[in-house]
Amino acid sequence: MNGDAHEVAGPLTVNELLARLEIDGRRVAVEHNLVVLKRDAFDVTMVRDGDEIEIVNFVGGGVQEG
Amino acid sequence: MDLFTIADKTFSSRLIVGTGKYSSPAVMVQAHDASGAQMITVAVRRVNISDRSKESLLDYIDTSKYFLLPNTAGCHTADEAVRTARLGREAGLSNWVKLEVIGDERTLFPDNEALIEATRLLVPEGFVVLPYTTDDPIVCRKLEDAGAAAIMPLGAPIGSGLGIQNANNLRIIRECARVPLIVDAGVGTASDAALAMELGADGVLMNTAIAGAQDPVAMAEAMKLAVRAGRLAFLAGRIPRKMYANASSPVEGLVGR
Repeated sequence: MNGDAHEVAGPLTVNELLARLEIDGRRVAVEHNLVVLKRDAFDVTMVRDGDEIEIVNFVGGGVQEG
Repeated sequence: MDLFTIADKTFSSRLIVGTGKYSSPAVMVQAHDASGAQMITVAVRRVNISDRSKESLLDYIDTSKYFLLPNTAGCHTADEAVRTARLGREAGLSNWVKLEVIGDERTLFPDNEALIEATRLLVPEGFVVLPYTTDDPIVCRKLEDAGAAAIMPLGAPIGSGLGIQNANNLRIIRECARVPLIVDAGVGTASDAALAMELGADGVLMNTAIAGAQDPVAMAEAMKLAVRAGRLAFLAGRIPRKMYANASSPVEGLVGR
């Protein structure tokens, strides 16, 4: 997850994962094994052992990261 | 009313501003307000999973007032930029992207080859692509042919504050382009922004010139006025340059002649 290994008790959906991490799902985007998830797929996409997850949001930065 | 249209959106402001390098979120909010900008560019980054205490940028930006333009700053390959653009679309619920593919750390010049490749991938996916490119008329033409909604050549390297380095190239790009031309990067002060607009740019995008000024809020207002002044001067049509003087007052009826 975001480049690091994380242990999470599962199985669980992307929405449940976000809730466990205390992340507001309305403000992030999630990539699951290189596929960007639509928001309405958060509830039905299962996270499994070995999956690669990227969770991103918006940060300040006009051009190169400041 | 002089409106500025890109793809399906129309703006009254021709200034686009960034969100990086501000001393505090409060200063950023005031500067955005003073700039009169309606479009703000934001970076897409991994959420810090171990430390959730940091506030979100979106806590400070009124998205009913500003249109958010996700950027792919920091991406070095077409693949990274495409992934980031897709993530930005889902996070922001808009299909616009300021496409950046950086080719070199020291100059932050874009990798135009990868930029064109990424544009070709994103346009068919429905993205409104605004690519940051060098001031090369041929690259701009290729980006336009690839379906870019606007072209965004640099005035000078990102954050350099050097101003417009190759006015002639921008004139040529202006003459050839059929999509909006936005000068992105290199502006140092208000006169640089005015010059970009006088050359015929449809808009100017900047971050460091405002965020890095000693008084960012005052500089934001200066930029608003400069972009407006430059635009008006462009529309008004300047006088030709001449080698010698040309008196403004009548030469007939002079006393003593």
